[in-house]
Amino acid sequence: MTDKVLLAHGAGGRMTHQLIRELFLPALGNEVLEALEDSAVLDLQGGRLAFTTDSYVVKPLFFPGGDIGRLALCGTVNDLAMMGARPLGISASFILEEGFPLEDLEKVLRSMEQAAEEAGVKVVSGDTKVVERGAAQGLYITTAGVGLVPEGIEIRGSGARPGDLVIVSGPLGDHEVAVLVARGDFSLEGEVRSDCAPLNGLVEAMVSASREIHALRDPTRGGLATTLWEIARASGVGVLLKEESIPIREEVRGVCDLLGYDPYYLASEGRLLAFVPEGEAEGVLKAMRDHPLGRGAMVVGRAVEEPPGKVLLRTKIGGHRVLEPLSGEQFPRIC
Amino acid sequence: MNWRREEPEAARALVKEIARLVEGPLRLMEVCGTHTVSIFRAGIRAMMPPELELISGPGCPVCVTPTGEIDRAVELARRPEVVLLTFGDLMRVPGSRGSLAQARAEGADVRVILSPLDAVAVAEGEPRKKVVFFAVGFETTSPAIAWAVKEARRRALENFYLLPCQRLIPPAIRALLSAGRTGVDGFILPGHVSVIIGRAPYLFIAREFGLPGVITGFEPLDILEGILMLLRQKREGRAAIEIQYRRAVKEEGNPLALGLMEEVFRPADARWRGLGSIPSSGLLLRDGFSEMDAVQAFDLPYEEVKDPLGCLCGEILQGLKRPPDCPLFGRGCTPEAPIGPCMVSSEGTCAAYYKYGGVST
Repeated sequence: MTDKVLLAHGAGGRMTHQLIRELFLPALGNEVLEALEDSAVLDLQGGRLAFTTDSYVVKPLFFPGGDIGRLALCGTVNDLAMMGARPLGISASFILEEGFPLEDLEKVLRSMEQAAEEAGVKVVSGDTKVVERGAAQGLYITTAGVGLVPEGIEIRGSGARPGDLVIVSGPLGDHEVAVLVARGDFSLEGEVRSDCAPLNGLVEAMVSASREIHALRDPTRGGLATTLWEIARASGVGVLLKEESIPIREEVRGVCDLLGYDPYYLASEGRLLAFVPEGEAEGVLKAMRDHPLGRGAMVVGRAVEEPPGKVLLRTKIGGHRVLEPLSGEQFPRIC
Repeated sequence: MNWRREEPEAARALVKEIARLVEGPLRLMEVCGTHTVSIFRAGIRAMMPPELELISGPGCPVCVTPTGEIDRAVELARRPEVVLLTFGDLMRVPGSRGSLAQARAEGADVRVILSPLDAVAVAEGEPRKKVVFFAVGFETTSPAIAWAVKEARRRALENFYLLPCQRLIPPAIRALLSAGRTGVDGFILPGHVSVIIGRAPYLFIAREFGLPGVITGFEPLDILEGILMLLRQKREGRAAIEIQYRRAVKEEGNPLALGLMEEVFRPADARWRGLGSIPSSGLLLRDGFSEMDAVQAFDLPYEEVKDPLGCLCGEILQGLKRPPDCPLFGRGCTPEAPIGPCMVSSEGTCAAYYKYGGVST
């Protein structure tokens, strides 16, 4: 490992994993943290509590389809939802840079409230700190969330089993491309809007259709490839994907062609990946497609026994390619 | 050019035909890094019959930029009056005294741009700074760089400089063939470069070296078709330069772009990583524009620097070695902590093997 924090440590790929494994877990590790799930699940008397935290440093603060406030609220709700938990309350801490316009702060807060309403959850605790001009980039938000895991629900990133079908809830990568375009660094133009949305309603609909969902994850930093690699590794299964069934918008492909990016590594903030037993898939898929956030749901592949921990993509022309986790690319800050 | 035709059936038919036509061991070189990436992403290597080997060539502009040129750019960037502009991948290429990214972390003003014209805009917006554009690229980008130079002249900017480091593809192919070590049986020739230069500059490959070449597009089906066209030539005992990428490449190239290049630049001998100095393979500003040449304006001597110990980038760029043959590959040298440029650039052969390697290697 290097002796300094690099931007790539925050990209959500190999280096992020290395940082967590080599520094965070040795110092803070315990059986709950080491599961590296989207939320910790704590046993309570008479129930199970899901608990998660996240920070948001996206640049720019406002982008088509969202802003840092909406992103923070949705990201935390989604981390709870990926464990099948119903969100109970969210906390939000704000680090504000001296000189930041209050009008912008109000916009962020209103948008956060709007997202909270969509999710049916409340921001129940908060904090603010102000730092000198130059010590932060306008505004950073740290959130935490707690939720209850209903009885009988056992969804976790390590829960995928051979034979499961892999479902994605809609087109991938819209969020990252919307943020990239909004940054203006590449003089790109485009109409892509971030997919940023709270997914707990969609998950409830899925869970109502089947109690047998094995694994859920939202493909944020590192995208489809890295998220599936995490599930494959944690669950000890292989994943076989069919390229032609993976939904990606033409505009998103266009931006990728231009910048040489690979769309399977682009972040979404309002999409999920589900591992569902084949017999349950039809019902789950129907429930997803009946929900506004799951209209574009598609089966994109399946979990297999061999090779464990690997994600294989069958390309459109019939070739094969291994999808490795995101490695070294310095993507701009997107969440 | 968002034209996509990846019908699995067409691919199956092409692969079948390729397998039928292969008669013995065959080495085809894809000269261009964009082809390398496309071949990996589509999983084409693993679809080829075992006798057919696809080897990657010197067609990644970042990879062929020698360490001495990186050092020159780093030294310029460290001067307080200079803003150094460059294309993204160059930031992380290690020089002998650090990379541009390190120079930036230490306070140098280094910025990434996507288009050469952005450099002109920076120079105009910051008249007190000396704005240097570290220009790397093949024939594909050189017309746009020429345009930027002319635009800087038109706007009478006195603070715009070019650190010219462009390279030309046909002389590099000639150098590879003249060295006679590569053992290539045919070339998958770059599509984008050929949009500019057309077919004629490659004719020597067939005439002087008796080898076939096919100018090929970048979609997976294009590449399969390009390979098939090469095999057909082999089968028929022909050696010609053919165009598969007809929808973009014209026989004569793009005369307007060629005219721009001709007006602003003149060919000059240039150093390539791994290949050494190649006659007439680089571009320098013509006399009428030479006051914009950063090498002259800042009096920058060139220092020859050895490649990092153990790094095989030079051999890999010539198709003599494959990335897994390198003792550093995946051990000391990864995309996170690259030692050689082939691991830095998104089009570098080592980065492609590392990221997409898996079953396809």
